[in-house]
Amino acid sequence: MPINKIMPSFDEAVADIPDGATIMIGGFGTVASTASLLLEALVRKGVKNLTTVSNSCGFGKDVWKLMGAKFPEDMDVLVRNNCIKKAIASAPVSAVYQNNFEKKLRAGEVELEMVPQGTLAERIRAAKAGLGGVYTPVGTGTAVEEGKETKIIDGKKYILELPIKADFALIKAHKADRWGNLVYRYSSRTFNGTMAGAAKVTIAEVDEIVELGELAPDEIHTPGIYVDRLVVRPEKYEEADEAEISQDAKESHEKYLERKSA
Amino acid sequence: MEDKFKLDRETMALRVAKEFQDGNYVNLGIGIPVLAANYIPVGREVVFQSENGILGFGEITTLGEGDPDLVNAGGQTVRPAPGMSAFDHAESFTMIRGGHLDISVMGGFQVSEKGDLANYMVPERKIGSIGGAMDLAVGAKRLIVVMNHVTKDGKPRVVRKCTYHITAIESVNLLVTDIAVIEITDNGLVLKEVAPGWTPEEVQSLTEPTLIVDPDCHEIELM
Repeated sequence: MPINKIMPSFDEAVADIPDGATIMIGGFGTVASTASLLLEALVRKGVKNLTTVSNSCGFGKDVWKLMGAKFPEDMDVLVRNNCIKKAIASAPVSAVYQNNFEKKLRAGEVELEMVPQGTLAERIRAAKAGLGGVYTPVGTGTAVEEGKETKIIDGKKYILELPIKADFALIKAHKADRWGNLVYRYSSRTFNGTMAGAAKVTIAEVDEIVELGELAPDEIHTPGIYVDRLVVRPEKYEEADEAEISQDAKESHEKYLERKSA
Repeated sequence: MEDKFKLDRETMALRVAKEFQDGNYVNLGIGIPVLAANYIPVGREVVFQSENGILGFGEITTLGEGDPDLVNAGGQTVRPAPGMSAFDHAESFTMIRGGHLDISVMGGFQVSEKGDLANYMVPERKIGSIGGAMDLAVGAKRLIVVMNHVTKDGKPRVVRKCTYHITAIESVNLLVTDIAVIEITDNGLVLKEVAPGWTPEEVQSLTEPTLIVDPDCHEIELM
């Protein structure tokens, strides 16, 4: 039978993600690099107690709507709907905007494990590559070193960092074929490319599905072996709960515009 | 000294950019560092890296014009440019951690006399983001920190020992502040340049550790 990883809907793509699962969320922090509709489907399913693995922890759809994003939900949709128990992230909070994650963290409603960004990438890659961990010089002499095994190699101190294993990876790509070969656009590859294949099941949300053979072998960024499911974005976005844009988001956007024009 | 002339953000960025040599690969942090991209010395080709996975990108776009799939680490949209490449995060930090970047420029809260850097969390806030700072501080061949010399209430940021959370130990090579340029050496902090109208003694009085005044210490040169 021909391989076909294409799922008919976002809800079906996430249907078997249980409460308490560990999920990797691709992207860098911008909504364009985020599997926005898969995250919304997870909320519709009503999952609880997730452990998430991601670079940042979301700004919220209001911020992205003001920036003109077509699909505006980022990881904040999981945060504000109380789906998360613990986040493993490198940049969970912003210096200029208090996100919902920071509010919940201060209220003691979520746990956080903060990981330097390169270490996060390498711990994910270790899981993907079947390694027992990596030794990195990053974090020596800082809070990151506490409680970890260290080793002197060639006169330099390294910290042993263990792989981050996950049940599901939710990633965003630009184009795919039915085998799951993926192509990303520019800086939206980021953690999407790193996480593809790092979890037991990788689900990719894509802009477009093309015929097998249309993507040139040298053009493919993620070979299909790393991808289990595909789901394509619709033409039109249907907002689940249409609400007024918050004052916080408006103020933050104003600040952003000032900073940019300065 | 409170009302004496201090360098503004753009001028600090201009001084930082003087450090970029022809052919350098450079990562610029959010804030003042990213402004340095506008002041590359004439005749030098400098390639910028952004930790979210792009190398050799163009300038920041004007409002509303950008491609949301092409942003720098601050989330600002940038233009594609000839020679630009894109890659995933593991590759990006292989580049950063593996010593392939010539220069990393970042902001700071405190720098110690040994070159320790604290820049990801202010103690009062209790929450901060490490982001890529630890990797960039450890991995680049040369780390330049740019920051104001003292805090808002006049306390030294150049300190004997950092009291804020440490980003990386013994990693800063050059410090550019709004009143001085200081090189961090094995012997200690060497004062190389002072802002116009400032004496080495005045800079020292706002600095916790003892500065070694370079015999050639002079007014900050911008060109």
